[in-house]
Amino acid sequence: MSIDLETAARVAKLARIKVEEDALPALAGEFNTILGFIEQLNEVDVEGVEPMVSVTPMRLKRREDGVTDGNMQDKVLANAPDAREGFFAVPKVVE
Amino acid sequence: MSDLTKLTVADARDALRTGDVTSVELTEACLTAIDGADALGAFVHKTPEIALEQAGAADARIKAGDAPDMCGIPMGIKDLFCTNGVASQAASRILEGFKPEYESTVTSQLFDAGAVMLGKLNMDEFAMGSSNETSCYGNAVNPWRRGNDDTLLTPGGSSGGSASAVAADLCLAATGTDTGGSIRQPAAFTGIVGIKPTYGRCSRWGVVAFASSLDQAGPMAKTVRDAAIVLRTMAGHDPKDSTSADLAVPDFEAMLTGDIRGKKIGIPAEYRMEGTPAEIEKLWADGANMLRDAGAEIVDISLPHAKYALPAYYVIAPAEASSNLARYDGVRYGHRAKLAQGDGITEMYEKTRAEGFGHEVQRRVMVGTYVLSAGFYDAYYNRARKVRTLIKKDFEDAFAAGIDAILTPATPSAAFGLGEMTEADPVQMYLNDVFTVTVNLAGLPGISVPAGIDKQGLPLGLQLIGRPWEEGDLLNTAYALENAAGFVEKPSKWW
Repeated sequence: MSIDLETAARVAKLARIKVEEDALPALAGEFNTILGFIEQLNEVDVEGVEPMVSVTPMRLKRREDGVTDGNMQDKVLANAPDAREGFFAVPKVVE
Repeated sequence: MSDLTKLTVADARDALRTGDVTSVELTEACLTAIDGADALGAFVHKTPEIALEQAGAADARIKAGDAPDMCGIPMGIKDLFCTNGVASQAASRILEGFKPEYESTVTSQLFDAGAVMLGKLNMDEFAMGSSNETSCYGNAVNPWRRGNDDTLLTPGGSSGGSASAVAADLCLAATGTDTGGSIRQPAAFTGIVGIKPTYGRCSRWGVVAFASSLDQAGPMAKTVRDAAIVLRTMAGHDPKDSTSADLAVPDFEAMLTGDIRGKKIGIPAEYRMEGTPAEIEKLWADGANMLRDAGAEIVDISLPHAKYALPAYYVIAPAEASSNLARYDGVRYGHRAKLAQGDGITEMYEKTRAEGFGHEVQRRVMVGTYVLSAGFYDAYYNRARKVRTLIKKDFEDAFAAGIDAILTPATPSAAFGLGEMTEADPVQMYLNDVFTVTVNLAGLPGISVPAGIDKQGLPLGLQLIGRPWEEGDLLNTAYALENAAGFVEKPSKWW
């Protein structure tokens, strides 16, 4: 399998990372090197093997469905690049 | 007083109790050493005020009696751990300025036990790397050199700052994290001990996530005993991490008897790989002989799927990373790109992530995005997870056959020069983790123990892999190996 420039651009778009046009060939090349390395997995007979979900056989703990914290709006917003009037601020989303 | 920083955690603990030294004295000695070691690039955020305040409190607590082992011990904290009010950037530009409003569970436990934080330690960006060269802070440097050659060497990665700081006696111990070898490889490159405990032993809460099914925190220390002491304080159940194990944490140090008579140590055939330097092959054989001389039985074993561990890892880890790193969007914390007139929210995401993530992180996020994308999910991601099941089963079969621990080299080479791998393709760098990555995929505990010096004068490490949850037994085998190897060399100070 080989990644072309169009696929590289599509992956960058899906990952929401801006990649300049002139950087795409190098990126596609690196993808191909890595995917070529991963191709080895096709040698393994995985017929009937369950894909691993959890490395430790354990049941995830459950807790009561209740509020355990809150009332810390200032802390939640403290690291925001742009916070206004108690909200995160972002560029206009809806026209 | 500069020798104070050379103390082990165990010796410092004892000296603090006899009153031979105070935590403030120890901490001041470390802070002085740190200020004189900027050339190592190990500490990237220094916290002397916090350290001295914690040290003062620790001294009072020790005086009052009944203080825990870690009380008053000066440590370095990997930048991946969120520390309340102190920059926690995961060595990434995208978290520039981020100061958490909370404390990770592991560091909370350490500080509750009285440990002292000297500062935050350098690392590869988001723990993605094996040489500490992907850090936004610049390189961490290995205190070891090739004899009189002044080429700067990597301390390994991703916990490169932790390894450099401990090896150079800037702190008594440090926290690290290990997703594919990030504690054990740098420990081996710098002649120190590093243990990655069983997945679930240490809480991941408040540790910046890379690949959640593989990430584990662990200590990096000067001796096996120190690793045992620090791990006991870092470990334990945490309701805030649903994968953290609700199991009692034993007194690991009390299990260090050095008696390994009758233990079965496996030597996996698949780890004999073409291209491994003869010195590493010899170190491995010597290590097996040392364990045999100590009364263990050496058994040849097979881990048939070992060679597929690295390719499986480079599907699973990027897939999880692409999902985990989706949260860095320029909205809630960290860096946001300057926007041009008319830019909308998509441009904000794309520009922010392009500016904030370094090259290796971008590459892995995109590989992860690709292997999870429609049409490839089964071919790559599901297949890798099936191979992971087989890799784990290899170990289960070995343990079911009575094997207590498995001995392997820790790394395929000694520390290499900074910049030496820059021109290589990314897969060459990934090969650093060839001996360690199986352990993460299988969720097992693994420890790197310094065991020898190569002909260039650089330290080499051996890895021991243990049964799940049996870190105590693993540490004891490592202790026997440490005693037999008698590694006492230290880097000569040039910084």
